[in-house]
Amino acid sequence: MTAQACIVGIGETRYARDKSWSPTTLALHLDAAVRAIEDAGLAMRDIDGLLPFPGLSSAEEIAANLGISELRFTSTVHLGGASPVASLLHASLAIGAGVAQHVLIPAGWAGYSGVRARQTVSMEVQSLPGGGIARDFYIPYGLTAPPQWYALMARRHMAEFGTTPEQLGAIAVAMRRHAQANPNAVMRGRPMTLADYLASPMIADPYRLLDCCLETDGGAALVVTSEERARDLAKRPVRILGAAVGQPHPADEIVSRKDWFQIGLTSAAPRAFGQAGVRPSDADFAQIYDCFTFEVLQQIEEAGFCKRGEGGAFVAGGRIELGGELPINTHGGLLSEAHVVGMNHVVEAVRQLRGEAGERQVAGAELGVVTGFGDFGDGSIAVLGRA
Amino acid sequence: MSARPLPQLTGLSAEFYGFCKRHELRFQRCAACATWRHVPRERCAACGAAEFRWEPSSGRGRVYTWIVANRSMHPAFASDPPQVPVVVEMDEGVRLVTQVVDCPPEELAIGLPVEVVYDDVTADVTLPKFRRRA
Repeated sequence: MTAQACIVGIGETRYARDKSWSPTTLALHLDAAVRAIEDAGLAMRDIDGLLPFPGLSSAEEIAANLGISELRFTSTVHLGGASPVASLLHASLAIGAGVAQHVLIPAGWAGYSGVRARQTVSMEVQSLPGGGIARDFYIPYGLTAPPQWYALMARRHMAEFGTTPEQLGAIAVAMRRHAQANPNAVMRGRPMTLADYLASPMIADPYRLLDCCLETDGGAALVVTSEERARDLAKRPVRILGAAVGQPHPADEIVSRKDWFQIGLTSAAPRAFGQAGVRPSDADFAQIYDCFTFEVLQQIEEAGFCKRGEGGAFVAGGRIELGGELPINTHGGLLSEAHVVGMNHVVEAVRQLRGEAGERQVAGAELGVVTGFGDFGDGSIAVLGRA
Repeated sequence: MSARPLPQLTGLSAEFYGFCKRHELRFQRCAACATWRHVPRERCAACGAAEFRWEPSSGRGRVYTWIVANRSMHPAFASDPPQVPVVVEMDEGVRLVTQVVDCPPEELAIGLPVEVVYDDVTADVTLPKFRRRA
């Protein structure tokens, strides 16, 4: 990227599983957007770029509600859960090219009170990654939902590299521990041990219930602008030092991949780190898209934090917990904070780099990594730095 | 429980399942570079050629990975007994999602040798499934 863009505003709604609260997905996007714009010290009319999440809200309805009358740039990145982090790349490009100045990225959903995450995929074939492929070649054989797709990968990793349930459990336990230090985490006040993890029921063997992310209601949003403009705004900016996206081959089908463990991040991560001029080991923390535990382990490997096959050892012994070598998902992640389609990971990275993370602050955090993962393994990654 | 989901018999899917209905397992093979492929594709990802033949498979393969859908996430499937989707790697090198009909999940193993059988689900649709072989 020629000119660096900066994240200057973050906003989050309440995150909850609360039967007395049933916000619409659009309301969650708008609520988070208003907070992010206020956090940046901007006015609604300043927003001239908008990157809505695929299938959850449209630029038209967001602009109509917020009074954004002159939208100069809008697009939607179709990478499932990898879309929010990928949007950082798109925002940087638009800002660097002078097409837009203040880009708003809203995300989140009513994943608890509205259509539950587990229902969306099996009910609407057109919403599936791969579309007709899943309809014709997966679903008739009982392979219908995301934990099942990815559990196929996890079992193979366990067989090839000796990865254990205890190692997957260490990931779930770390996220849950971090949630105890996060006032907005849905699982705050509900600590969990490895024994609890191992005792949780099988959902998609080898995945247990506690390998799976939460279904929650919540929205989160960002405002991105140029480094020059960022200097005049309310909060300490966070620089987007590198951002990249990637897809496995093929991206629309899982089982025919020659390299079974290759994901989008495999090719994206070296580009992002190269652009930023840093190595994975330079990161003070990482917020890794954690739809399921094994996907965290796989992304740790494919992003280059360790070699392929060594992820099980990497996540054990508290290394990914606060106070460890590489704290991962310091907010609790999708597993224990809330499933805000990964936008909560970017918000948390910004908080850490601003020094606003309270009791879960990583001391002296200057460089952080955030990833997105979606749609059969599409990947996105951003390397963020304290300005 | 809603109707059991079946493949939509259109395009290349219809051709693949058309052979299954005749109890033949065939995969596409590139006419230019002889690369096998599955799921069906318009072109060969190895060389870009459009021409292909539906070549008979040996029908033999090995279990590559599997899961047990302990908790059903689809209205057409029950949790008990659970569906057990299995990925089989064929001797030709292609892989497919299927089921092994005569093997309880606790006896599945990576590398387990299997051979194709045909499950005539409806008058129009036959699904290729597998059983253990020596």
